[in-house]
Amino acid sequence: MSVAVKLEARRVAIKYRRQSTGLDLVAVDGVDLRIDDGEFVSIVGPSGCGKTTFLNAVDGLIAIESGALVLDGREIAAPGPDRAMVFQQPSLLPWRTVTGNVLYGLEMQHRGGEESRKTAARLIDLVGLEGFADSWPSELSGGMQQRVNLARALATDPELLLLDEPFAALDAQTRETMQQELLRIWGATRKTALFITHDITEAVYLADRVIVFTARPGRVKLDVRIDLPRPRDLRLKREARFIEYERTIWESIREEVLRTESRAQVA
Amino acid sequence: MSQQPPGNIDSGVVLDGSYLAASPTPAEAVALAPRGAARASAIRGHEPVIIGTVTVLLFFVVWQGIGLLRDRSPDGLALGPFLFVPPSQLFLPAPLDIAKAFQAYVQDGRIWKDVAVSGQELAIGYVAAAILGIILGLLVGWYARLRYALDPFITFLYATPRIVLLPLFIIWFGIGVESKIAVVFLGAIFAILINTTAGVRNLDANLVKVARSFGASDFQLFRTIALPGSVPFILTGLRLGIGHALTGVVVGELVAAQFGVGQMMAVAGATFQSSKVFAGLFLIAGAGMLMTFTLQRLEQRFQAWRPKPN
Ligand SMILES: Nc1ncnc2c1ncn2[C@@H]1O[C@H](COP(=O)(O)OP(=O)(O)OP(=O)(O)O)[C@@H](O)[C@H]1O
Ligand SMILES: [Mg+2]
Repeated sequence: MSVAVKLEARRVAIKYRRQSTGLDLVAVDGVDLRIDDGEFVSIVGPSGCGKTTFLNAVDGLIAIESGALVLDGREIAAPGPDRAMVFQQPSLLPWRTVTGNVLYGLEMQHRGGEESRKTAARLIDLVGLEGFADSWPSELSGGMQQRVNLARALATDPELLLLDEPFAALDAQTRETMQQELLRIWGATRKTALFITHDITEAVYLADRVIVFTARPGRVKLDVRIDLPRPRDLRLKREARFIEYERTIWESIREEVLRTESRAQVA
Repeated sequence: MSQQPPGNIDSGVVLDGSYLAASPTPAEAVALAPRGAARASAIRGHEPVIIGTVTVLLFFVVWQGIGLLRDRSPDGLALGPFLFVPPSQLFLPAPLDIAKAFQAYVQDGRIWKDVAVSGQELAIGYVAAAILGIILGLLVGWYARLRYALDPFITFLYATPRIVLLPLFIIWFGIGVESKIAVVFLGAIFAILINTTAGVRNLDANLVKVARSFGASDFQLFRTIALPGSVPFILTGLRLGIGHALTGVVVGELVAAQFGVGQMMAVAGATFQSSKVFAGLFLIAGAGMLMTFTLQRLEQRFQAWRPKPN
């Protein structure tokens, strides 16, 4: 039996009209991608290659120029309750408590009410914020705010979880803790997840597959299946197989960076 | 970060006297430490009030001292090579003279009528300005077309010192409370309106993205992001509006009125009763401080989520 395809991108191109010059900028061009139900996929690539752009398009925040972006057999046209984004910045509403923030998505989707309060309480525990339900965001550390950001996305119970460098702003220790927490939570929910990061170790550690984007305009350059057993723990990062995966991906990104640098020198 | 308007609103709103006074310098902390931490912290908790009270008392003592000096040696006091001649009572009455004038003002009963009239002008004008200013500000901030339509009028009226409209208001509404209500209203509304508009327009792009990502409608975006985000701006507008409103009352009554604290001051000034003018001044200042204090209470209630200084 084959697993259902969750998300399919066919020759996706996305353009920006730049206000400064009035010219078009092609951010991604020809992204082909299939993600199965329940898969955890990491995307890495040189800075500015269009990862965030692609993720925003999957979320429905921006429109694609050409190609097709299909979720569960339907073309993506707008944001929907089947997707939820964990933003790079915690982006919490400062005037809402932790609970209020976790409930936010549900309220926007008219799914507030008694049941949702229980969901929020459960998720606050799940992300390890017991006792902080009534705290203001300004009273939380960066790592704690990122946990709320994650809980807020999980609260709407999406089919597809989109994460845009959610741990980029955290220090190394907090970051590893959050990686483990994310794996634990993901293990409990098994949502399909699309995870963007700059950190190759993080990409390999978390994912079933790591996808490398080319330099802008972004496109899939490499698609590596990570055959490492789950549940994973941090010792895995020291193992030879793990390091081998890291090296393959590192080489691939390096090649892209060098290619753009030489192109810049010629120009 | 949230809430970054043209200029940083966080610092703009939070930075007031109490914030500055609340953090002792290292030197003070060291000086207090040996006397026992418990006592030091008890003092430090009330430090802003204690220091403030002491300086105010000192101010009045010196002021009264000048009055006493005048009574003792009206020809002046030699301070080495300098001769200090105290100003005459007409020029600068002493605090006790002012208190006496105030007492007389209370006893002849005029004060109640004046305060009632001025209070009415202030309350009606200011409350109307607050309600209309906030509602209009929210609408103008949210609907760009409405903004384009009203911007010329708002800019014109905001650029005009509204007090110059007083002669017109007196022609239109007479010299009773109505003309003063109008000038208070117009004086206060623009600060409130313009700040509210700025608050609504100052949307945090990150939060807008969050709202959109969760499928928020325009109205939900307004209610959950724009409106709460504009509260600090609205409060700033309300606070600025107090000053404009008080100016409106006093100047309005100075120009033409039958009753009111400003009118009393105008008459007292014209008849060289400077103590009485000062009494009126303190009355007006008291009203302004009371309003500002009430507003600060409101701010604390509405902004529990704001990070506390220290
Ligand atoms: N709103 C925008 N308007 C115009 N151009 C944009 C806009 N957003 C992004 N771009 C351009 O699109 C390209 C891709 O941007 P994107 O943010 O998707 O890159 P990224 O891969 O997420 O980079 P990073 O890893 O640094 O976050 C960049 O060259 C960027 O300059
Ligand atoms: Mg990005």
